[in-house]
Amino acid sequence: MILADEEHFGQPTALTGKTNDVSVPVKVVAVRRYGTWALGLAVLAVLAFVVRAFARANIEYSLIPGYLVNRSILTGVAHTLELTLLAMAVGLALGVMTAVMRQTHNPVLRGVALGYTWLFRGTPLLVQLLIWFNLSIVFKNLSFFGLYSTPMNTLMTPFVAALLGLGVNEGAYIAEIVRSGIISVDDGQSEAAAALGMPQSLTMRRVVLPQALRVIVPPLGNEFIALLKYSSLAYTISYTELLQSANKIYTTNFKVIELLFTVSIWYILLTTVFTVFQQILERRVGRGHTRPTEGIGRRLAVNLMRFRR
Amino acid sequence: MTTVTKHHDTGSTRGSGPMIEAVDIHKRFGHVEVLRGIDLEVAAGEVFCLIGPSGSGKSTFLRCINHLETIDAGNLRVDGDLVGFEQHGNVLHALPEKKIARKRAEIGMVFQRFNLFPHMTALQNVMEAPIRVRKESRTIALERALALLDRVGLADRRDNYPSQLSGGQQQRVAIARALAMQPKLMLFDEPTSALDPELVGDVLQVMRSLAEDGMTMVVVTHEMAFARDVGDALVFVDGGRVVESGHPRDVLTNPQHPRTQSFLSRLG
Repeated sequence: MILADEEHFGQPTALTGKTNDVSVPVKVVAVRRYGTWALGLAVLAVLAFVVRAFARANIEYSLIPGYLVNRSILTGVAHTLELTLLAMAVGLALGVMTAVMRQTHNPVLRGVALGYTWLFRGTPLLVQLLIWFNLSIVFKNLSFFGLYSTPMNTLMTPFVAALLGLGVNEGAYIAEIVRSGIISVDDGQSEAAAALGMPQSLTMRRVVLPQALRVIVPPLGNEFIALLKYSSLAYTISYTELLQSANKIYTTNFKVIELLFTVSIWYILLTTVFTVFQQILERRVGRGHTRPTEGIGRRLAVNLMRFRR
Repeated sequence: MTTVTKHHDTGSTRGSGPMIEAVDIHKRFGHVEVLRGIDLEVAAGEVFCLIGPSGSGKSTFLRCINHLETIDAGNLRVDGDLVGFEQHGNVLHALPEKKIARKRAEIGMVFQRFNLFPHMTALQNVMEAPIRVRKESRTIALERALALLDRVGLADRRDNYPSQLSGGQQQRVAIARALAMQPKLMLFDEPTSALDPELVGDVLQVMRSLAEDGMTMVVVTHEMAFARDVGDALVFVDGGRVVESGHPRDVLTNPQHPRTQSFLSRLG
């Protein structure tokens, strides 16, 4: 067989028996993509138009660097971070609890978990925030069996309302993420743990959840970054997070766009930082798995261009 | 080398009778009756082999022994105690989860698909249950885990994750993991069926040495040579019933029942 002959390998012409002088250089021409070029030009034209419009508008860009480190803007950043981190903690605790409840054999716990996700995923976050803020209309006082009592108005500050609103809402979403992680772990794992005499709670803690983490962390990072941006809704209940801080300044000096740009730059900065954190975390929870996690560029793209709800 | 120490308990009915006593065991999944009255007895220190076509119920029966499946009818005892229930007078009380877990800890199980914990190294896999379930100290658990890994020939693989081990190596770690709980009984559910042919030998070698140490073993297997050479008793299961039983050499070389004959002839 001529195919098996090493001397002819890689020279298809030898197969057909035709003689072909291989020393003649051959010009290779790729398929010409005129459409791509036209589209590219169109995109550039639109971009140029938009940039020109922004450049010619009455915007003092030179103010932005100063606003970026403005004292009240920095306070706003700190508040936004604080609110997001705490709300995430509340959401994680509620989410893991709810997900585990959904997996138990107890019908009451399952029902409560189901009702919670149904209610808080079924209503808009903004509405929930407003309800928390106005909770004193329903409960005048908060009391623990007569031992301790305080008027709801003093307790439900904008911060507490925002924290509960964001956290409890987030918990409903995280519950579904954690549940999908739990389901993704092979049944054989729980069986092996059971066969070793591990009770269900221990199996969940030591075997199932650590493996579920690998699946949970990427969407959880998504949730965190979404939450970071949703925290700007606390603006409506007059909590001085980043957007509210900017708002306070531009209602007095009318530098609206300058301040909104400042706010945007801060959000993008924070998102980028947490994307890097997520990357590190993913590598940690991927122990024992050889498949590499996706690159940072891809991760950034996903987090920055997020559409939800 | 460690020798496998037999587990001694202070229960009055324990340690004297057979290790496993099964009378008329029934199990159904929905409308499918998988076990239709299994009767058998496994003596302590015996290597007991279950063979039969797939879907015959042999794996299901094995899983009933450590209560991974609950039987629907019959009387199943391990070391004199009912599996999953407690008898008070004429009433059977289902055991709470904690007690079931405690019973399972005394029975080792090796799965067809290994089921090692992928997020733990070989050593961590072996040490996990002794530390978390038996509350053993790290040093004692570590010492035994190292000895067991050495015994299955994987001392140099202690820090590897399961994904870095071959199927045969994973299965040997799984055996070490089960032995770390110092079980009085070992269940093997087709331990070599998911392995490449050249890796089967190492796993069987470990099982053979375990048998020589006097471990009570119930083995669901398609390895007829292993059953013949190592087994003390063998049953052929088909359609959820024990069709034929006896000494492996007799059943495998001179089967009496036509179903056993046709099953063995198909294996070639």
